[in-house]
Amino acid sequence: MPVNVIESLTVKRLEILDPQGNADEGLLPPLPEEEIMRMYELLVLSRAFDERALSLQREGRIGTYPSILGQEASQVGSALAIARGDRVFPSFRETGVQIALGYPIHLLLQYWGGDERGLRTPDGLNIFPICVSVGTHLPHAVGAALAARIRREQCAVIAYFGDGATSKGDFHEGFNMAGVFGLPVVFICQNNQWAISVPVERQTAAGTLARKAWAYGFEGVQVDGNDVFAVYRATSEALAKARQGGGPTFIECHTYRVADHTTADDASRYRSAAEVAEWRKRDPLLRLRLFMERKGLWTEEDEKNAWQRARTTVDDAVKEAESAPPPEPEELFQYARATLSPRQQRQLKEIAERGVRNAE
Amino acid sequence: MPIMNMVQAINLALKEEMALDDRVVLLGEDVARDGGVFRVSEGLLDAFGPERVIDTPLSESAIVGAAVGMAAYGLLPVAEIQFMGFIYPALDQIFANAARLRSRSRGRYSAPLVVRTPYGAGIKAPELHEESTEALFCQMPGIKVVVPSGPYQAKGLLLSAIRDPDPVIFLEPTRLYRMIREEVPEGEYTVPLGKARLAREGKAVTVIAWGSMLERTLKAVEGYDAEVIDLLTLSPFDEETLLASVRKTGRAVIVQEAPLTCGLGAELSATLAEQAILHLKGPILRVAAPDVPIPLARLVDHYLPSVERIREALEEILKY
Repeated sequence: MPVNVIESLTVKRLEILDPQGNADEGLLPPLPEEEIMRMYELLVLSRAFDERALSLQREGRIGTYPSILGQEASQVGSALAIARGDRVFPSFRETGVQIALGYPIHLLLQYWGGDERGLRTPDGLNIFPICVSVGTHLPHAVGAALAARIRREQCAVIAYFGDGATSKGDFHEGFNMAGVFGLPVVFICQNNQWAISVPVERQTAAGTLARKAWAYGFEGVQVDGNDVFAVYRATSEALAKARQGGGPTFIECHTYRVADHTTADDASRYRSAAEVAEWRKRDPLLRLRLFMERKGLWTEEDEKNAWQRARTTVDDAVKEAESAPPPEPEELFQYARATLSPRQQRQLKEIAERGVRNAE
Repeated sequence: MPIMNMVQAINLALKEEMALDDRVVLLGEDVARDGGVFRVSEGLLDAFGPERVIDTPLSESAIVGAAVGMAAYGLLPVAEIQFMGFIYPALDQIFANAARLRSRSRGRYSAPLVVRTPYGAGIKAPELHEESTEALFCQMPGIKVVVPSGPYQAKGLLLSAIRDPDPVIFLEPTRLYRMIREEVPEGEYTVPLGKARLAREGKAVTVIAWGSMLERTLKAVEGYDAEVIDLLTLSPFDEETLLASVRKTGRAVIVQEAPLTCGLGAELSATLAEQAILHLKGPILRVAAPDVPIPLARLVDHYLPSVERIREALEEILKY
């Protein structure tokens, strides 16, 4: 009997905008000029936030913070494809997604400053709270999609995670269940090459992460994650497919974590400066700016003004976050359960009466 | 009033609540076409269809994880984990997510789900099919832990669990599934969470038990002036009822199926000591399994607290 090839795999990679700002006009998403400029302003705002958060951490004004430097296009590009009713499941490095979707910036600063009140998503936004436990939110996204199907709600679900999460059991269980049930979920992996000190080659022996979708019976595609047009286009198409009943899609955004894992990390211990420098040349903001300049949409003056606006927005958010009154002891218990047990009520009373005067 | 066993009572609870509230959805391994390995969900696929009775892949973590997402977005999922020994892959979802979604989101999202699982020893099953690690769940704020002791309680507690706004771990003592038959009303009644039940009144000693140990305890106390409390909700447990009884009797024995160390009996005992020690005539005694992994059937009678061991504890405490 002959040995036949019964299945084979191809993995596509989408690139539209190159590092010099040249776009493949045939693949450009049909975005009006104002929308392209808004996209850029959100990239700038994300970076301005990130820069400010890093300096606030160094000044001791917020706690440990995970930078998104270098990943802005993956985040803003995908977020702008999300429709109002869609359900979003971020991991902990999605500040650009949150900002692009309109999550209040002062709440982000409050959260990273150790104030849990910052994790309450305002009504009208369907963004799950940040998931610190790597990859465990992928099944939540699957459940949210199942709920949408059962309740006949027209929406898609989008889940964000990193390359490290693809080694977790919940990646497998979540992907598998989404595939089996054909659910409207778009899985976005920002493959930023490093899970703290472990490079992606040590997470998997697979040549791409995108190919992993194939084993679960749905499409996986790699995009240049520093190309905001490619990310936007791939995400828009995947979300549209999901809404039309076409099932899940996996998008691997091939990008790079330019900064340390968090402010508590020192990446120079495990990777070379040359590698980082190489990726800095593929800056996601620069290539969109060059594109806009070439199209006559953007000037030096516009650039200056955009940064000015972004920094003012962030400054205002810092002021608002820092002027929030300290949380009351009641906040400890308020959301522990819908109704407190008698024991919890006693504990609350004791803590509220003691105050913090003898905290040490 | 119909007489039924616990399997039938739980089935009835699910059926009635699913008919009443279309947000209630079952999911788990073999729950639909097969009706569950213990037949708890028998007939429900036919009654409610495959969108509401869902056979999932073999994925305990994603069963509970998906239930979290479903609950956050408007459903009341009842997830089945086939045996308690297989819940461990889902602990990440229960502890790191379900238990704290309300807190993490500061009330924007919550996870009103139920995780049902058969629990406890004495059914001659393979390894990991007879676990009783309920105390693990009691250590985690944000979830409730419930153990019925018979068909009537099972139905009423399950309805309360499904309607509870927070996640509930619902442990079904497998040894009792078909052992006890009693009257179970059709239609609406609930047994409240957080309330223990006085299973027997007495004056000389309080014996606290739950799940399948209640049945043994009730046999053991025959001929003694013992008050028996059926705990029903392990977390948050009913301090008030326990304390009132122990203050009255002055003696306490706690019977747990789980290994002794760091079991729920330790917390109950500490609570009684802290708040009622001046009423006590003697030490608080615990009757529990030894600190070893639960054995297979040939050794299980050496392991589980027996009627005789409970009686020995009664004899000992009554010397004071």
